[in-house]
Amino acid sequence: MTASLAILNARIVDPVAGTITNGGILIRDRRIAAVGLFDTPSDVSVIDAGRAHVAPGLIDLGVFSIDMKAFTAGGITRAVLMPDQSPPLDHSALVQRAAAAGKPDLWIHPLAAATKGLEGSELAEIGLMKAGGACAVATGRQWIADAGVMHRVLSYANALGLVVVSHAEDGGLTAGAVATEGEYATRMGLPAAPAIAEAMAVARDIMLAEQSGARLHFRQLTTRRAFDLVRDAKLRGLPVTCGVSPAHLLLSDIAVGGFRTFARLSPPLRAEDDRQAALEALADGTIDLLCSSHDPLGPEAKRLPFADAEPGMSGAETLLALSLSLVRDGRIGLPRLIELLSTAPAGLLDLPGGSLAVGAEADLILFDPDKPWRIVSDAMASHAGNTPFDGLPVQGKVLQTIKGGVALG
Amino acid sequence: MSLSFPHRHLTGIYGLLPHEILFLLDEAEQWIALNRATSKHDDRLSGLTLINAFFENSTRTLLSFEIAGKRLGADVVNMQVGASSVKKGETLIDTAMTLNAMRADMIVIRHQSSGAVQLIADKVDCPVLNAGDGRHEHPTQALLDALTIRRRKGRIAGLVVAICGDILHSRVARSNILALTTLGAEVRVIAPPTLMPAAIDRMGAIPFSDFDAGLDGADVVMMLRLQNERMDGAYLPSPREFHALYGLTPERLERAAPDALVMHPGPMNRGVEITSSVADHPTRSAITEQVEMGVAVRMACLDVLTRKRRGVEGWA
Repeated sequence: MTASLAILNARIVDPVAGTITNGGILIRDRRIAAVGLFDTPSDVSVIDAGRAHVAPGLIDLGVFSIDMKAFTAGGITRAVLMPDQSPPLDHSALVQRAAAAGKPDLWIHPLAAATKGLEGSELAEIGLMKAGGACAVATGRQWIADAGVMHRVLSYANALGLVVVSHAEDGGLTAGAVATEGEYATRMGLPAAPAIAEAMAVARDIMLAEQSGARLHFRQLTTRRAFDLVRDAKLRGLPVTCGVSPAHLLLSDIAVGGFRTFARLSPPLRAEDDRQAALEALADGTIDLLCSSHDPLGPEAKRLPFADAEPGMSGAETLLALSLSLVRDGRIGLPRLIELLSTAPAGLLDLPGGSLAVGAEADLILFDPDKPWRIVSDAMASHAGNTPFDGLPVQGKVLQTIKGGVALG
Repeated sequence: MSLSFPHRHLTGIYGLLPHEILFLLDEAEQWIALNRATSKHDDRLSGLTLINAFFENSTRTLLSFEIAGKRLGADVVNMQVGASSVKKGETLIDTAMTLNAMRADMIVIRHQSSGAVQLIADKVDCPVLNAGDGRHEHPTQALLDALTIRRRKGRIAGLVVAICGDILHSRVARSNILALTTLGAEVRVIAPPTLMPAAIDRMGAIPFSDFDAGLDGADVVMMLRLQNERMDGAYLPSPREFHALYGLTPERLERAAPDALVMHPGPMNRGVEITSSVADHPTRSAITEQVEMGVAVRMACLDVLTRKRRGVEGWA
């Protein structure tokens, strides 16, 4: 039994009700005991929020590293770990170990590798990994090229009630590519792949999912044609969902100018038209959730010529601040943003969290949506500060991350 | 008049203004006569150390920079590092820091990765010259090509220049597109669709997949080396087919202007992208002249970029 806690004088952002109200949250035994206006018991610790906002803790679907300091700084109370670890998470024991890595503070929810060694050829022991704590199945950084294998992955996972998280880029088109085809890649002489590589993979995987009846989630989509395919699938009632990172909403391929390896991402930053399509898809609900794709990479992976550098960005601690710009720009409301960052991933993977309901686990964040600060690579809490937003002034900061009623940090 | 050339490095043609390019060409002109004289020596870089760090194999460019440095009196050190031994990790930046610590006065870099030269230029105190990075830029090649064209044609503005071959993988094509369009030429790029980069028109070049159409009335025909390792299967059906569709033969050359100049950065695949009779044509081929201009251009670049270091004022 843990100490009880009352957060008072807060602005409560409820993503389920879609409201922002004044009041507090009472926590007992790691769970939410009351929300709104209540009499503060005498035996509880009190946090005066000072009009700061309180919301469910963020759930980041698809991180590549267990980076506790970054998660705490970013308000992430549950991180869904990609199977691309060393060794890959293709065995129950590895999944169990990864799942235990964050407790008791932050919880790690591993994704099981869909295929042995993430090589895309043989099914991994998905059922045993589910028993070991895997919350879904993922293809990893790569698309599974063999349609037969992907079909079996989807069918098998479906029978186990697991979502399949797919990386959507046709490997034949993207082989050797480090950028999206277009003016910038051409000027800079970078090996590039056409943006339709994404839509081709999406089209195939949707067809396979439809045929097998499986739930399919595209971890990050970034192109207009891919969003159109998902929009159409949803209209037809298929259980297809997708995510996107703030980087793909806020940056286009212009950001790779000057061979900035911090802007080398996977999928790559796209042309402006695709970025606009992502914003439209966010507004109309085609995009289901936001994720950071947190992948801290040190100088040995990034201080290289662009094509030799590894793709990925450190995103966990900037996830909320960057996403809040969507609220300030009037594209979505604040409750909807929290839904995208917390409720939706929890619902998709059947994880606890994402809710302020009485009885729910007290995974919360206190944040000031207006607090100005500057993203500085060298000053990040993460293992590495490889962010394409280095130097950017932003607004909105996580003040406190609370996991199971315990304030972290 | 500015005190010094406004660019610390020469990492690419991108960012150079027309008068800056013309200034470098004018400076190169003065070295042509010296190079043709019996005594080819000038001491203006005496005491300075030029390091040619070549991470990718090269014979002619390395030799050209070495000769340029020596004729200006610099101490020239060649560092040929195989692509396999120094490829990744901190090693490239470590190498840059090492060269910097050895107090090099100029560093010439060739590297197989686009952007590698910029990475090094950001780390060192002395001027860095790009001798070719990946498929990004090869600025001295573009300058020597522009100089060759200007000497042969008397101008660059208004000319139609056709660049033909493997545009996709060519840093020479990119630098030439930038240099020649900046100087007012119409640049056409001709390649099979598999070797044509996307959005090349956004760089100011006019793309053609039909060789004959692209050649129509061209004043300059610049052929590029087709990399044999890319020939079969991946990008093209065969060398034979490429030659049939995109090889420069005497008959094809008839489609260009009557006095069209033939150029090639070398080394050539004779019988593939160009036939020997065209390459060796006594009046129309400028291929050996390009090599000669290369030394003069590199002397000019080394001179101009080190002027600030040497306390020499003036550049325009």
